[in-house]
Amino acid sequence: MKARVHVTLKNGVLDPQGKAVHHALQGLGFDGVNDVRQGKFIELEIDGTDTAKAKAEVTEMCEKLLANTVIEDYTIELA
Amino acid sequence: MKSAVILFPGINRENDAIAALKQATGTQPTLVWHGETELPNVDIIMVPGGFSYGDYLRCGAMAAKSPIMRAVADRASQGVTILGVCNGFQILTEAGLLPGALMRNASLKFICKNTHLKIENTTTRFTNQYGKGDVVDYPVAHHDGNYFADEDTLNRLEGEGRVVLRYCDANGAVDTETNLNGSQRNIAGIINEAGNVLGMMPHPENAIDPLHGGIDGRGLFKSMVEAVS
Repeated sequence: MKARVHVTLKNGVLDPQGKAVHHALQGLGFDGVNDVRQGKFIELEIDGTDTAKAKAEVTEMCEKLLANTVIEDYTIELA
Repeated sequence: MKSAVILFPGINRENDAIAALKQATGTQPTLVWHGETELPNVDIIMVPGGFSYGDYLRCGAMAAKSPIMRAVADRASQGVTILGVCNGFQILTEAGLLPGALMRNASLKFICKNTHLKIENTTTRFTNQYGKGDVVDYPVAHHDGNYFADEDTLNRLEGEGRVVLRYCDANGAVDTETNLNGSQRNIAGIINEAGNVLGMMPHPENAIDPLHGGIDGRGLFKSMVEAVS
């Protein structure tokens, strides 16, 4: 089974990299972009077919390593 | 007096840490590899600067989960003096030994220069050789030194005198102009609740010899020696 984890900065945490990307997009003429937030995408190939168990395990991975919950939020998709 | 320096793959300031500790303690520090599970019996532990694990995932994230960090956490809870500098500060926050996180510099630039710092608390075991409000000059060399913590944590740190160092100018002015990297409230270094763990972005170990261009960093190492002897 695949687990897809998105890690993004929490609302209220300034994202200077996102701002720089936004600025660069504006420089390329993409005027319709209101805001850019940059994050990480992590794909995991995991054993088993029990999605509830996998969800619990990936949540633990996020809490312990994949995300820093002081500054980041995460979402998990299983497929 | 005995000390240890923790070495992770990708760390590059361990010899500077060793030189500073040796100068202050008079004895050769022990270098401890990250894969070890036990620490020698020491009075001071230093987590040096560099780029542990190539800064993969987040600065310090991988190193914080190394086997040796469990031993470091045990020593921290026993009250052993622990200093984390630069990547060492990032590692200590990622390990949960210090609150907050270090984010990408607001300018997005790697900053390598000397900076002025205000000593905000002179009663700690890291700063007892300095005077209240002293301004010191240490080098910095980092890409991710932008200290972040939520408002409640920041207020608590301030209230408990745990903000030890702040970025300032030569006159000690602390404001947005003198905020090197976008850190909340110009914070450059903090201690834990028990006061035995200090994390800081600037490098006192690179200001201990006139050939470095200054010796302001000696006071910090002397303070630790003073406190534990």
